Amino acid sequence: MNDNYKNWPLWEVFIRSKAGIAHKHVGSLHAADAEMAIENARDVYTRRQEGESIWVVESSNITASNPEESESLYEPAKDKVYRHPTFYDLPDEVKHM
Amino acid sequence: MSDLKYKYFLRIADNAMILGQRLSEWCGHGPILEQDMALTNIALDQIGEARLLYQLISELFPEKGDEDKIAFTRDISAYYNCLLVEQPNGNFADTIARQYLFDSFNFHFHQALQNVDDQRIKEIGAKCLKEVTYHRRWSSEWIKRLALGTEVSHQKLQDAINKIWKYANECITPDALDNEAHANCLGPDINQVSSIVSEERAQLLDSVGITVPENTWFLSGGKTGSHSEYMGYVLAEMQYMQRAYPDMQW
Repeated sequence: MNDNYKNWPLWEVFIRSKAGIAHKHVGSLHAADAEMAIENARDVYTRRQEGESIWVVESSNITASNPEESESLYEPAKDKVYRHPTFYDLPDEVKHM
Repeated sequence: MSDLKYKYFLRIADNAMILGQRLSEWCGHGPILEQDMALTNIALDQIGEARLLYQLISELFPEKGDEDKIAFTRDISAYYNCLLVEQPNGNFADTIARQYLFDSFNFHFHQALQNVDDQRIKEIGAKCLKEVTYHRRWSSEWIKRLALGTEVSHQKLQDAINKIWKYANECITPDALDNEAHANCLGPDINQVSSIVSEERAQLLDSVGITVPENTWFLSGGKTGSHSEYMGYVLAEMQYMQRAYPDMQW
């Protein structure tokens, strides 16, 4: 009997704080299935009105980049400042940029 | 009419208060963190509803004192909650069985409360209906999970249902006060609520292979102040501070 036999799978929780904004990762929790994960997330992560929409995904379904490859993956972007949109004036009406 | 209102509103408030007190005993003892929080969230919802109602009662009947006085200084026979909500937490399956039986009633009761004439009770009912809708969803989901989980969880739930069944029907059986409240457009028709609730309970339990006990007799008395042996212990713990240090605040 291994650990996984007794433990419920881990789920990652994403909450959208209000309509129009992207779901944001807020943490993880244990649940037996997706439905229970939503309910647990509601009880654990939205008690103080943090959001109005919840996504859950089983942690094992997430493919993550390898930290050891960070040099080749991310360093090349460091000296390419021209990719930042700082050379434009943003209208005041544009929020969340 | 005023005595009717006092007793009838207390009945709704006391159900919420005593169940909230019972559920709060789970705080820090839940099977996992997430369910510990779910149980205490529900406890807080219940106590929140009780507060709104005690505040309303205190406003309507100033001679009864403030909400704390009403909640914490009445003797056992002046509480009108049904016997179901004062039953001990037992194991997790016992708590789920009690919760589902109460939620199935409470949800339809609050829905029907939307059709009464009294504006104040209607407003409180509308706010709490949203919470109760979630409670019912949560406890029905757990009924399914325990029933369809493992052999052990199924058996524990079946035992819990067998044990608590004799308290299941007091809340859905109208007595003189319920009928009088309905006649005065203060409360719903419990007969109507009753048939929906009975059908819903039977349907859910049957769909997950839990046998509904055959006995149709049930214990009652809580609604008129005759409580089970457990109620004294609930009140002793709940009222200790106000009894030991009257009017204390913190």
